[in-house]
Parts: sequence; structure tokens; C-alpha cells
Amino acid sequence: MAALEWQLGTVTTIQTETPKTKSFFLALPKWMGHRPGHHIDLRLTAPDGYRTQRSYSIASAPELTGQLELTVDLIPDGEVSPYLHDVVMQGDLLELRGPIGGYFVWDVSLGGPLLLVGGGSGVVPLMAMLRHRAAQHSTIPARLLYSVRTADDVIYRDELARLAGAGSGLDVLFTYTRQAPAGWTGYRRRIDAAMLNEVIKPFGLAAKTYVCGPTLLVESVANLLVGMGQPAERVRTERFGPTGS
Amino acid sequence: MAGLISRGFLGRRRPPEVEKRLPPGQYLVTDFPVLSAGPTPHTPVDRWSFRIEGLVKSPVSWSWSEFQQLPTETVTVDISCVTKWTKLDTKWKGVTVDTLLKNVEVDPAGQYVMAFSDGGYTTNVPLNELTNGQGFVAYEFDDKPLAAEHGGPARLVVPHLYFWKSAKWIRGLRFMDRNLPGFWESLGYHIHGDPWKEERYSGD
Repeated sequence: MAALEWQLGTVTTIQTETPKTKSFFLALPKWMGHRPGHHIDLRLTAPDGYRTQRSYSIASAPELTGQLELTVDLIPDGEVSPYLHDVVMQGDLLELRGPIGGYFVWDVSLGGPLLLVGGGSGVVPLMAMLRHRAAQHSTIPARLLYSVRTADDVIYRDELARLAGAGSGLDVLFTYTRQAPAGWTGYRRRIDAAMLNEVIKPFGLAAKTYVCGPTLLVESVANLLVGMGQPAERVRTERFGPTGS
Repeated sequence: MAGLISRGFLGRRRPPEVEKRLPPGQYLVTDFPVLSAGPTPHTPVDRWSFRIEGLVKSPVSWSWSEFQQLPTETVTVDISCVTKWTKLDTKWKGVTVDTLLKNVEVDPAGQYVMAFSDGGYTTNVPLNELTNGQGFVAYEFDDKPLAAEHGGPARLVVPHLYFWKSAKWIRGLRFMDRNLPGFWESLGYHIHGDPWKEERYSGD
């Protein structure tokens, strides 16, 4: 297989999604396309040649050609995300290669029903799947269970509401783990068995499930799903962050 | 693509003695991230066994308690994940592949090994990169039983390769006459995976 070549993306737009999350749109000279759920490697080089790399999920659908959207959470004591958030401007060049990852991917050819469970910025690769699904005018039944601390932490709020419009076949369910908005009547706790049972009920054991988020959330959700009888090979996971230990 | 300087990027330098232990493109972590493609299997040790099969004269299998009787070694090694993190001085206790192979006669053609795990995960490693103390089946991390999310009850540890080669939830080694790709190796990751050569993906 040919090597994944590094290429230079030009930052065309920077969008503030939440107080700690920004999206970066990069125009790419020779992007080969990707599948929803893929990620890229980003490489930064300092003047003395020091380099570091990070992986970021692609937020955009493959239908958005010639460019990629990366949505990046600010990790205040991090090395790369503060640079992206506070230094990078429109017109800057960012070096990246990809697409990478062949397992945590979904496209309409895989069918459904599609159950997506995201925690925090774990929603990013799931959003690529939902955007792709909409771009394909697919009505494959889909549900997104999205765990956030507060309403301020919801990434893609308006777009998710649009995607889940009448007749779309998509339901978006939020759970607020720290503070729910005033008047909220939905979930307001960490994802647990009772919640998953309710969310997965319309799909039963047929669901194709993708879980992405902090390790503790993913471990817990994946274990609960298997405990509920979901076949392990239909539960695909992507984890980030420490174990908490 | 040489020549690009990321405008305004200075980077975070570690002390030189740390920096020199970080393979190219890696960054230091002090926690222990978890990366797995699916749910964590939870195999009770009374249903666990470890098997050596494939191109061997006769397959051999150990129960958990038999495996515990095998001589162990404790090693402290640096580990690097292809997702870019490197963790220094991780302490493992386990049984070396050398020790396991004392119990089996490998066919001379069996120069390649497929490690296989609960949950269906596989990864391939050439035999000559598992012997001479390079690979072991670990069941303790930091003096404690290996947690399930980190691969317990037992995982392969091959510290000189990217950590996806260190198969979690390992259940055995299958000897092969060809270097067939395992799970990630079939999905675009490098067939070999040496962090110091930055063999992350096919073609690297």
C-alpha cells in the first residue's frame, strides 16, 4: 500500500463551537476522501525542528470534498490544543496525513439501525456519520445519545436539531450530567443501564453501535450494552483520555 | 514536506533524558490511556487458558493455575502507542515467550506468530521479535493484577513495537509460515510497527 503522505492544509475558517471547542476547516490540495469515523494525524514543527503529532477525528462528511473539518477540545495544559485554539489563524498551514482507522467507521452501505453514543467531544466522529447519512438522504433509523456536562458543552447543537428534523429518522437524546438547562425534562445523569435500555429499545438487538468519548464512559457503555445482550462485534468503540486511575 | 515550520509553535520540551526516550512523533503521558476497538472482554480466570498452536509438533495449553506456576520475570519498560503516547518505566510481571516455548516444539517453518485474544483481536509478530526476552505474557502491572481494560487477565507485551502488538486479553499464539496480518495490520496499520522507525501505517 502506498504511504500516507503528509500534506499541507490551509485553515479557511475557524468556528467557535463551545467555550472550549473550536472547529477548524482545512482546504486540502490532494485529499483522497475518507469514511465517516476516520481520523487524521496532525504534525506540528517548531523552528528548531522539534515535532509532535496528535490524532483528531474528522468531523466533516466525505461529501464535503476538498476540505476537512476538525473539531478540537481545548485541553488547557496540553501541548497542541492550546496552540490550535489560541495561535492558529485563518490562512495558516497545518500539516496532516490520513485518513486513518478502518474499524470505527460507518457509512450507509453498512445499514442500520444506527445507535451512536457520544460523550463530550466524542461526538465528533459520530457527527461525521450523521452528516454523511444526511448528505446521502438516508432514512436509516438512527439515534444519538449525547452525554454532556451542561448545555454550554453541546457541540453542533443547531445542526443536530436540524438533522433530527421531522421525517429524518434521526433522534437526538441528550443527557446532562452536571447541570441541565432550565425546564429540562429529559435525562440528567450519567449513562446507565436504564437509560441505554430506553434508548436502544426501538432497535433491539439489531443495532450497529458506535461509542466514543472518555474512557470511563466508553468502558461503562460498552460493558452495559454487552450485558444487555448486544453482540460485542457490533459494538465499536473509540476512547480517549486516562482511565481515571 | 520538509521545511514547514508551524507558525508560532514552540512545543513543550521535556528534559533531554526524557526527550531521548520518546520515539519520533510521540508525547509523554503519565496516566495510562485505554484504546480498544470494542467492548472489554471479562473472562474469568477459571475459564481462561493459554494455547500454543499452529505449526508446532503438538499444541500445548495451560489453565490459569498452570500458567501461574510458570517461572516469571519482572521487567520495567517504556511503551509507545501508535496514537502517539509514550509511557516510561512501566512495570510488568509475566512469563516470557522463551519460557513458554520450552514446552513446545515449533516447526522450523513456523517463523511467524499470530497472537489471538478474547473478543477476536489478533496481531502478528515475527518469532524472532518475541524471543530472547523481547516478548512476554504479562498478568501483573505495577505489582497488581492486570485490569481488564488494560488487557487482563493477561496480555502480550512486546515493548519494542507499537503497543497494538501487545495484544490485550491474549489467549494464545499461533505459529505460521507466513507473516499474515492481524486485526489492525489488515486495516492500514504497519505490518511491523517499530516506533523508532515510525512504522505507523502501511507504506511508512
